[in-house]
Amino acid sequence: MKILLQAVFLRPLLTAMIALRSLRRNKLRSILTALGIIIGVASVVAMVAVGNGAQARIEGQVAALGQNLLLIFAGNRHSGGVNSGLGSASALTLADARALSTEIVDIVATSPEITTTGQAIANGRNWSTTVAGESPDYLKIRDWKLSEGSMFTDREVRSSAKVAIIGTKTARELFGPLDPMGQTVRVQNMPFVIIGVLASKGAGMGGQNQDDRLIIPYTTVMKRLTGDKYLRMINIQVASADRMDSAQQQITNLLRQRHRLSEGRDNDFNILNQKEIADTVGSISEIITMMLGAIAGMSLLVGGIGIMNIMLVSVTERTREIGIRVAVGAQASDILTQFLIEAITLSLLGGTIGVLSGIGLSKLVGMFADFQAIVSPGSIVLAFSVSFAIGVFFGFYPARKAAKLDPIDALRYE
Amino acid sequence: MNMPATQPVIQLRDVAKVYRTGEVEVHAVRRVSLDIQRGEFVAVMGASGSGKSTLMNILGCLDRPTSGSYLLDDVNVSGLSRGQLATLRNRKLGFVFQSFNLLARTSALENVELPMFYSKPLIRLREQRARATVALQKVGLGDRLGHHPSQLSGGQQQRIAIARALVNEPELVLADEPTGNLDSRTSIEIMGFFQELNDSGITIVMVTHELDIASYCKRIVVMRDGEVLSDKLNNERRLADSERAALNEAEKKADLAKP
Repeated sequence: MKILLQAVFLRPLLTAMIALRSLRRNKLRSILTALGIIIGVASVVAMVAVGNGAQARIEGQVAALGQNLLLIFAGNRHSGGVNSGLGSASALTLADARALSTEIVDIVATSPEITTTGQAIANGRNWSTTVAGESPDYLKIRDWKLSEGSMFTDREVRSSAKVAIIGTKTARELFGPLDPMGQTVRVQNMPFVIIGVLASKGAGMGGQNQDDRLIIPYTTVMKRLTGDKYLRMINIQVASADRMDSAQQQITNLLRQRHRLSEGRDNDFNILNQKEIADTVGSISEIITMMLGAIAGMSLLVGGIGIMNIMLVSVTERTREIGIRVAVGAQASDILTQFLIEAITLSLLGGTIGVLSGIGLSKLVGMFADFQAIVSPGSIVLAFSVSFAIGVFFGFYPARKAAKLDPIDALRYE
Repeated sequence: MNMPATQPVIQLRDVAKVYRTGEVEVHAVRRVSLDIQRGEFVAVMGASGSGKSTLMNILGCLDRPTSGSYLLDDVNVSGLSRGQLATLRNRKLGFVFQSFNLLARTSALENVELPMFYSKPLIRLREQRARATVALQKVGLGDRLGHHPSQLSGGQQQRIAIARALVNEPELVLADEPTGNLDSRTSIEIMGFFQELNDSGITIVMVTHELDIASYCKRIVVMRDGEVLSDKLNNERRLADSERAALNEAEKKADLAKP
């Protein structure tokens, strides 16, 4: 029992002590060797953290679009080879929107949208902004909150009321520090009473500022501002995520039927499915994270080769030491273990310092970028185990070389 | 087990060592038979190429003979594996080399502890330290425990090596040109150590090519072309004490002769 304990536990401990002593004897070289691993591990941890952070940020932006969202855009109009872009075709009507919400059960909310730009005037200042006509459901569909006041009602939609919800950016430009609630803002000489202020949402997916807008009833835009009969798009909320695809199919069918599109003709509308956007964006950012990780992994590999290099040099340089140890009774396994432990210690030391500096680096990136780098425990565990494996893998060959040395040659080595 | 007093520590029977370098066979040692008793102090002499170093490597269990048998303390060494040889070296042999072979940047104490690291069963670290300290005190370096080899003179370094050779209480101390790198005064001092050790009962085999160093030993074996040329007891044995006294006398005279 005692002998077993010694063989399994105490002897490796003793060998570890020898290994640590010899690392301490060569401080500078040990640190330089570990540096390769430090840089490798730090860059893996930091890169993956930055990738994760960016991914979370992008996914957050997609989620901020709303919940289970389908956006139906009027199709693009071709006239004489000129493509006027999404939403330009005069295809979607209010009747379409009503038909969708009444005939498709999976749709829980719709908001027909017409936008125009106009010069908003209030408080003696003016500011060019987007005026969006929406239904009262819009905020719910887009998962948007009001910081003050309340949304206009269906009654106000029916009466084409001259009320407006104002974005924070627009409010700041027009009213400065003043409270915009109850104030009047004029667009195209028409006074609108501000009944609500949007919570700030920041830049959208395309980088445009979502806080610079006025939201008014869609009927008001159609009847009082532009006179348009056609919608730019329809915002739709579907009951649940797993109904998204079937809802999209039903909408397509219904709209094709309503627009009398014969078989073989293209849709005159486009449907953006939030889930698809999220999936696409998610997989792209995952690939980016993986690429960052892979590049960092290369430097980890280079660090490993550095360890092997130094260990090989060290074995040659310490041939005589090995000869002495073997002469006084060291077994081949003692020498093997000693050099293996030296390599593993170097790589684990590098791993520890690397993880710490990787975390530091991630924090630093978070301070300069507009997102927080997310250090995942997984990447730390991975970096650690990889650096341990590197120590074993790249340490084994030099260690075996040392263990195989002939003591007579080793003692004579100059 | 009680060994009879007449049982030799070393029994070589028709030992030969052949090296093969390409097509050429080199007979480094041919048919050497030799008995060394407990308590002997033997010098193995010979010119370079005489096979004395090869014989030393075989005696030191660093190398195995091509043919013949070698019994060390009644154990047949010829049939042992590398690992078993290492264990044997650790238990029964102590080495002293020409170039000291100490670990650089390592304290005297840690150098002397080295053989005990590899002892089986394990020796407690505290005991290792205690035994190494005692061994260094014996060779007169009790006040240099923490010094590194580079901070010590050649004679002091060789004394560390002797302490290292003795720390595991070996059956046999093998010395390979132990004074080869030392001046004559220090050489006398080191030979004095060996004589003291031998007086206390330790068996010593020493390789040298210098006759005046060999003449400190009790028995001189001369080798040539891989064979034992002569094997005689040394009747005109020098003693380190009187040699040192003579050296001092000579120096004093030289000093007086100066104007």
